[in-house]
Amino acid sequence: MFGKLSWSAIPINQPIDMIASGLMILAVLGMLAWVTVKGYWPYLWREWLTSVDHKRIGVMYVVLALVMLLRGFTDAVMMRLQQAVSVGPDAGYLPPEHYNQIFSAHGTIMIFFMAMPFVIGLMNFAVPLQLGIRDVAFPTLNSVSLWLTASGILLTNISLVVGEFARTGWLAYPPLSELKYSPGVGVDYYLWALQISGVGTLLSGINLATTILKMRAPGMSYMRMPVFCWTSLASNLLIIAAFPVLTATFAMLLLDRYLGMHFFTADGDGNPMMYVNLIWVWGHPEVYILILPCFGVFSEVVSTFSGKPLFGYRSMVAATMAICILSFIVWLHHFFTMGAGANVNGFFGVMTMIIAVPTGVKVYNWLFTMYGGRVRFNVPILWSVGFMVTFVIGGMTGVLLAVPPADFILHNSLFLIAHFHNVIIGGVVFGVLAGYMYWFPKAFGFTLDEGWGKVSFWCWFVGFYLAFMPLYYLGMLGMTRRLQHYDNPGWQPWLIVAAVGVAFILAGILALVIQLVVSIRTRERRRDHTGDPWHGRTLEWSTPSPPPAWNFAVLPRVEREDAYWHMKRRAREERVAAAEALAYAPIHMPLNSPTGFVTAFFAVVTGFALIWHIWWLVILGLVGALITTLVFAWRDESEFEIAADELARVDRAHHQAYWVGGTP
Amino acid sequence: MARPATAAALAAVLALALSGLTGCSGGVLDPQGPVAAQELTILWDSLGIMLAIVVPTILTTLGVAWWFRAGNTRARYRPDWEYSGRIEMVVWAIPAMTVLLLGGIGWVSSRDLDPPKPLPADTPPMTVQVVSLDWKWLFIYPDQNIASINHLVVPAGTPVSFQLTSDGVMNSFFVPQLGSQIYTMPGMITRLNLQADRPGRYSGISAQFSGAGFPDMLFTLEALPRDAFDGWVANARAQGEALDAAAWARLTQSSRANCPRTFRSVMPGLFDAVANPGRNPALPQTNPHWPGHDYPSLNKDPE
Repeated sequence: MFGKLSWSAIPINQPIDMIASGLMILAVLGMLAWVTVKGYWPYLWREWLTSVDHKRIGVMYVVLALVMLLRGFTDAVMMRLQQAVSVGPDAGYLPPEHYNQIFSAHGTIMIFFMAMPFVIGLMNFAVPLQLGIRDVAFPTLNSVSLWLTASGILLTNISLVVGEFARTGWLAYPPLSELKYSPGVGVDYYLWALQISGVGTLLSGINLATTILKMRAPGMSYMRMPVFCWTSLASNLLIIAAFPVLTATFAMLLLDRYLGMHFFTADGDGNPMMYVNLIWVWGHPEVYILILPCFGVFSEVVSTFSGKPLFGYRSMVAATMAICILSFIVWLHHFFTMGAGANVNGFFGVMTMIIAVPTGVKVYNWLFTMYGGRVRFNVPILWSVGFMVTFVIGGMTGVLLAVPPADFILHNSLFLIAHFHNVIIGGVVFGVLAGYMYWFPKAFGFTLDEGWGKVSFWCWFVGFYLAFMPLYYLGMLGMTRRLQHYDNPGWQPWLIVAAVGVAFILAGILALVIQLVVSIRTRERRRDHTGDPWHGRTLEWSTPSPPPAWNFAVLPRVEREDAYWHMKRRAREERVAAAEALAYAPIHMPLNSPTGFVTAFFAVVTGFALIWHIWWLVILGLVGALITTLVFAWRDESEFEIAADELARVDRAHHQAYWVGGTP
Repeated sequence: MARPATAAALAAVLALALSGLTGCSGGVLDPQGPVAAQELTILWDSLGIMLAIVVPTILTTLGVAWWFRAGNTRARYRPDWEYSGRIEMVVWAIPAMTVLLLGGIGWVSSRDLDPPKPLPADTPPMTVQVVSLDWKWLFIYPDQNIASINHLVVPAGTPVSFQLTSDGVMNSFFVPQLGSQIYTMPGMITRLNLQADRPGRYSGISAQFSGAGFPDMLFTLEALPRDAFDGWVANARAQGEALDAAAWARLTQSSRANCPRTFRSVMPGLFDAVANPGRNPALPQTNPHWPGHDYPSLNKDPE
C-alpha cells in the first residue's frame, strides 16, 4: 500500500535529526497558524500564490532563496563545528551517516535552492522592467517554473523528517549513488527533487530567453540593452543548453536505480566515467549560469553609483558572450585526475585559462567605470567592490587549478573547496545580495536600512576571509574534502579559525534579517516616492515603486543605452512635463492562475510517491498534473483589461511625485 | 591593555603559519619525490605569475574606488567618459598575455607530468597494483607475488609504476608528499608513476569521497633502502595468509580502520579479474581503453 514507507522512516532514534525537523515543523506550523489567524489566506492566494506577475514571482523566488540560505547555512555551521573538534577517530558529534548527509544537502541546497532561485528571481524581477515591457513571454509558465522549484525544495526538506537525504556528495557520483552502495531513499530524494526543480529551471530559461529575444520596448535594440539583460540572456541560453543534459543524466541514473539498468553501475559494463563527464557538461555551465547575472548586477550597480555609463559596453557584451560559449568546453578540468591523458588535460586546462581573459576584462572595465566617477558608497557598491577584490583571488586560484599538474596535488582538497567558495560567495552571493539591496526599493517602495546593510557586508566580507583562507592552506597541507574526522592535530587550529569565520558570516546573515525587520518597521519614514532612489540609468527606475502590475502605462521609446538617464537629462534640459501629452490606451494583462501552484502540488505528490515506490499514488499524481494542464489549456478567459483612465491616474500621480516632490 | 594581547595572538598565528611553511608540515608543501617537487614548483611559479597581476589589480581597484568617492572634490568627474580604445586594448592584453604564459606552462607540464608517463631513472621501475576496496587499500606486488593492506612498502630511489583499479566505488589514490593523485575506478585501470627519493614514512589517503568509511581509508607509504625492502619482501613471503579466493571474498566485505597486514602469496590474475568484472579471471587481459597506453612500457608486465 505505502511502498517502502513505514514508521521506521522517521528518525526517532536520532536526537539531532528530530530536534532539527521538530523546529522546522514548528516554524512552518507557526507561520501557517499566523497567516490563518490574521486572515491573510485570501490575500496570499489572490495576490501572490496564483500571481503571474513577473515582479511578484521574482520576489517569491528571492524569498525561497533567502529561506534556503538559512537552511544551507545551518548545514555549513554543523560541518565547520564538526571539523573544528573531530581530530582523532570517532571524534566529533556527528556520525558519518549524518555528516555525509549534511555536506550533500549543503551543496545541493546552496546551489540548486539558494543561488539558482536568487539569480532567477532577480532576473524575473528586473529584466522585463529594464527592457521596458509589461511581462515575460509566458506569464503562467513563469508561475509553473516558480512552483516546480518550490516543489523540489519541499521534497528536499521532507527528507529531513521522512527518510534521509543522499550521503553521496552534492553531485552523487556513481557507483556510490547506485542502488548497490546507496540502497536507501536518500539518493532518490536527491534525484527526484532535482528532476522536478530542473524542469522548472529549464522552463524559466526558455521563458526569459524568449522574453529578451522577442519582447523589447520600441527602439531597444540589442546594443541598447542594459548589461544585466545581456548577462541574463547568456545565462538563460546556458540554462536551455545545459539543463537538459542534467535531466538526461539523472534519468539514466534513475533507470539504473529503478529498473536495474547499467548505465553507470560498477558491474554489467556500466561506465561511471560517463556520468562524471555528463554531470560536469551541465555543472560547469551551471557556475556561469549563476555568475553571469551577478556580473550584470555589478555592472548596473557600479555604473549607477559611479554616476557614469559602464566603461566599454561593447567589450562587456563581447566578454559575456565569449564566456557563454567557452563555458561549454572546459568541463573536464573538474577531473584531470581521471587519467584522460596529457593532451586532453592540456586542452581543457588551456581552455579554462582562456575563460579568465573575458572575466579579467570585466574586472578592469568595472574599475574604469569607477574611474572618473563620483562613487557613492551605498551598500550595493560595497558588495561590488568587495566582490572585485575577492573574485580576482578566486579567479587566480581557479586558474591555478587549471594547470593539470598543480591540480594533481590540489584536486579534491580543501584548496578546491576554498576556491569555489571564493567565487561562489565572493561572486554569486555578494552579487545577489547587491542585487537584492539595489532593487529592494523598486520592489517595495522603501529603501533598506543602510547601517545594518553595512554591518552585514563587513561581517560577510571578514567572515569569508576568515572561513576560507585557512582552507586554502589546509588544502596545501594535504587535507582532502568531506572528512568526518581526521588524525592530524596540526590541522585543528586552522579549522577553528574557519569556524570563527563562520560565526562572522552568521552575524552577517543575522544583520540581513535585522535590516529587513528594521526597514519594514520604519518603512513610512524610508518610503521612496520618486521611484528612482539611486539616480538610476535604466528603465526600471522610470516606473513608480512598487511598479504597477502593468509596469509601463505607455511603453517607453528607447533611443540609446542608459535610456532613463538620457530621458531625465533631456527632460531637465528641455523642462518638459511630458506626461500630460501621453496618449493612454487600455491594456490587457494576463489573469492570475492557480495552474502553477496546483501543478506543483501534484509534482510533490508524484515525487514523494516515486521516492517511496507508492505506485498508485504516482499514477494519481500524474493524472492530477495532466488534468491541471488540460484545464488551463481549455480556459475561457486569459486576460483582463485595464482602463485608460486608471493608467493615466497612476502614471500622472507618479509623474507628479517625481518631478515636483522628487529629487531632480 | 588590549594591545599586547592582540600582538600575542598575532604572533601565535604567525608562528603557526611559519611552522607550516617551513616544511615540517607534511603534505603537498613538503615534497619527497621528483613528481611532487616539480608539481610544487609549477604551482609556485603559476601563483607568482598571477600574483604579479592580481595584487596591483586589487590595489588599483581599492585606490580608484577611494579616490573617486563622491566626497572627494579633487577628483575630476567625467560623467560621459565611457570608452577609450587604447585602454580597451590594454585591458584585453593584460589577461591575454598572462594566460598565454600560463597556458604554455599548463600545456607543457601536462605532457611532462602525465601520470602514466614513466619516470626517468637508472633502475628499472617496480610495479605495484592497487585496488581500492570499501574502505581499505590492497597493494599487490606482481613480481614479488605478495600483497599488503594499507601499508605500501617501496624501495627508496626507485620509480614505482602503479596500475590502479577499484572493486566498487571510485576513490583517489594520493600520497601528498610524492605528488600526483589518480582516480581508482571499477572496470578501468589507471596508471601512475611516483618515486620516493629518501627512506621515510609518508601518509597516503583517498582523495575521493567513497562512503561511510572514507575518512579511515588511510595508508602509509614506507620507502626503505633496497636491502631493507628485500628483507621486508622475504619476511612477507614467509608469513601471513595467502590471498586466495576465500581471502579475497573476506576482503570485499565493507570494513573500516583496517590494520596493515601482508599476504604471503596472491592468486594469479587477481588484479585483472578485478579490473575486468564479469570476464574470465583465468585469462589475464588488459583493458583496451587504458588511458595513456601510448607510452612505452618500461616494465615487464604480462601486458
